[in-house]
Amino acid sequence: MRRLIPHPGLSVLLVIVWLLMANAITVGGLLIGIIVGILLPIFTAPFWPGRPDVNYRAGVAYLLLVLWDIIIANFEIAVIILFRRNRDLRPAWLSIPMELDTPEAITVFAGTISLTPGTVSSDVSACGNYLLVHALHAPDPQAEIVRIKARYEARLKRVFK
Amino acid sequence: MTGSGILSDIVISALIVLGASFALIGSWGMVRLPTLMERLHGPTKATTLGLGGILVGSMLYFQFNAGVWALHELLISLFLFITAPISANMIAKVHLHHLRTHAKQDIVGPAGQPPKASQASDWATYEAPHPDSIAATSES
Repeated sequence: MRRLIPHPGLSVLLVIVWLLMANAITVGGLLIGIIVGILLPIFTAPFWPGRPDVNYRAGVAYLLLVLWDIIIANFEIAVIILFRRNRDLRPAWLSIPMELDTPEAITVFAGTISLTPGTVSSDVSACGNYLLVHALHAPDPQAEIVRIKARYEARLKRVFK
Repeated sequence: MTGSGILSDIVISALIVLGASFALIGSWGMVRLPTLMERLHGPTKATTLGLGGILVGSMLYFQFNAGVWALHELLISLFLFITAPISANMIAKVHLHHLRTHAKQDIVGPAGQPPKASQASDWATYEAPHPDSIAATSES
């Protein structure tokens, strides 16, 4: 079973994506979707060597939190772009020490930071324990690091146990 | 036109106008912010909500006015959410290279040079990932 379906979550996602692309739920579409959902993870298995233990309920809660943050932070960035003069802007590099210990968790963490406005994750350290983040407006870089760690990393640690 | 038709039209228009405004603000940010790293924030960010608003508006339009399910929009936003951070990351990494290799330092933004990661290691753009760490890309 484990060799046939190495990533159950990915397989389910692929079936859903396939049905969404067809934009209809038919027996034929579902069948092809299931075939794609089984074959694709097998052929791409070398790219996904690890098998992180994902807590899906915490994952959905995390997704909703990130979506909400994207909406709120978009307004904040819009205000900065429209009303703050360049000389009042305080861009900063943040070096965030990470406690996450799987590549999947770090990828999601970096993606979250990039998607929530105001911060772009730029690089990971060669030892894999630090993330380089550029903040558009961070008058207090240390406080920003603490905020990101408390808001996203703490929750991600529960998603990827 | 029925009352609910007018209401849905108002909601759809509001969503599309909101989305278009955010796309415009994001583009304006690219024009007016000082250097590359700051400019990167405009198109990768404000556009997420901009495009999101337009896509939800489009979904509701097909639902209420044409009476068909249109869920392609969900896929568009999913793919956008996957690809936007990666393209931003690639641009940032190229910029990191330029920061160290350019003779002229006029590309350094107001944030200055990035700090070193730690005593023992530099950023992965400058230094090969350490073997046996989570940054290592292949299993050896």
